[in-house]
Amino acid sequence: MTTATGQRAAARGIRIRRQASFEARTMLRNGEQLLVAFILPAMAMIGLKFASVPDLGARRIDVIVPGVLALAVVSTAFTSQAIATAFDRRNGVLRLLGTTPLGRDGLLGGKTMATGFVLAFHLLALSILGMALGWRPEVAGLLPALITIVLGAGCFVALAMLVAGRLRAEAVLAVANLLWVIFLGLGLLLPTSTLPSAAVGVARLLPSGALGDGLRDAFVEGAWPVTSWLVLAIWGGISAMLATRIFRWSD
Amino acid sequence: MSAVEVRDLVKSFGATRALDGANWCAEAGRVTAVLGPNGAGKSTTIECLQGLQRPDSGLAQVLGEDPWGASAEHRARVGLMLQDGGLPSMSTPPALLAHLASMYADPADPSALSARLGIDDFARTIVRRLSGGQRQRVALATALIGRPDVLFLDEPTAGMDPHTRLDVWEIVREQAAGGAAVVLATHSFEEADRVADDIVIMDRGRVRTSGPRAEVAGAKSLEDVYFSLTGRGER
Repeated sequence: MTTATGQRAAARGIRIRRQASFEARTMLRNGEQLLVAFILPAMAMIGLKFASVPDLGARRIDVIVPGVLALAVVSTAFTSQAIATAFDRRNGVLRLLGTTPLGRDGLLGGKTMATGFVLAFHLLALSILGMALGWRPEVAGLLPALITIVLGAGCFVALAMLVAGRLRAEAVLAVANLLWVIFLGLGLLLPTSTLPSAAVGVARLLPSGALGDGLRDAFVEGAWPVTSWLVLAIWGGISAMLATRIFRWSD
Repeated sequence: MSAVEVRDLVKSFGATRALDGANWCAEAGRVTAVLGPNGAGKSTTIECLQGLQRPDSGLAQVLGEDPWGASAEHRARVGLMLQDGGLPSMSTPPALLAHLASMYADPADPSALSARLGIDDFARTIVRRLSGGQRQRVALATALIGRPDVLFLDEPTAGMDPHTRLDVWEIVREQAAGGAAVVLATHSFEEADRVADDIVIMDRGRVRTSGPRAEVAGAKSLEDVYFSLTGRGER
């Protein structure tokens, strides 16, 4: 029952990569994931491009596309992850995989890699669509935009684990979709400056406003949106800390 | 050294004492059936032995190691079939088995295992659309894919048709004959009678009796012994 080397488990790197590819394939085959992470953002992009309200300045598309990319980040890192994790827990998948050589840390590593891969795929496709519609991002903003995306994805994955950590799977489904709509409205898709004045301050302190405005600042002006990064880091840090405390691996 | 050892094991959930000082062991090359009514502590014991629960006190040891936080190497030597299956709902059985096989250095052949368990018949159906018995077969395959030294089966034949049940019992016997320690939690006396070498009867978090099947049953049937030990003998 033992190999020549005596090793029974596959190497750690192999285990995590195989898990990442398994999860990524599952995500990309999932119709609802595709709808929320690609089709709806793409429709928002096209709809806003050809609408005349709200007033977004002379180069409308340059303001729209970063917001759409921010929306895609939240779809993949937050909504999809929260729902998938909650149902995997209810079905005992987290329990089973935790007892294979993959283990809990390998499961987390695999999920993180898969999210990164699927997100990159959606962002690339949406960016190409944006460019076809006339989007011309500021080149100096590419690096700060990338940092914003990584920080935003990390923050929203942590929020997803917080939401998925305890609630029933059906409740997670409802909450994750509801929050997607709320985030969308509070600074994700459109600049916080277009919101009613009472909501502006709040939206800027939320991860949705921080991610949306941060990406717009980077792509439109080539700026380094340090305040947004700070907001995302604080939300992400607190969520991760709370998630590790309340997260349950089985119902 | 026993392959599986449970000594003075205690585990409470809030005010409920699920395990109240349980003692038993399971040997390599033998099938050990753990019997007991619902709430007797069978599943909690097995969860402690798989590192899914941390005991409050006492010893739970598998292959000489504490399963809580055990290494990947240790996990690779232990196979597990959960009561709820634990199968990802969107995956087809062959894709899932190939994936799990990739976690091991020297796994069993997924296609041979599928053929043996009749999984080929529903290879293109995703887990979510499988019947309970079909799911059980896939769950058993996931437990066997790593060619384990210790195999935990939680009610493996629940929901299976009689033919499949016979196949599964044959596979369980083969695993033991190949040197594995097989621990089987079950409600079925027939199952325990057919496949087990050793019997453990639990009730209310304690072990009422344990030992070779012939010794535990004596001149009576396993069923009679069970009911007299779990407090329903006078009915």
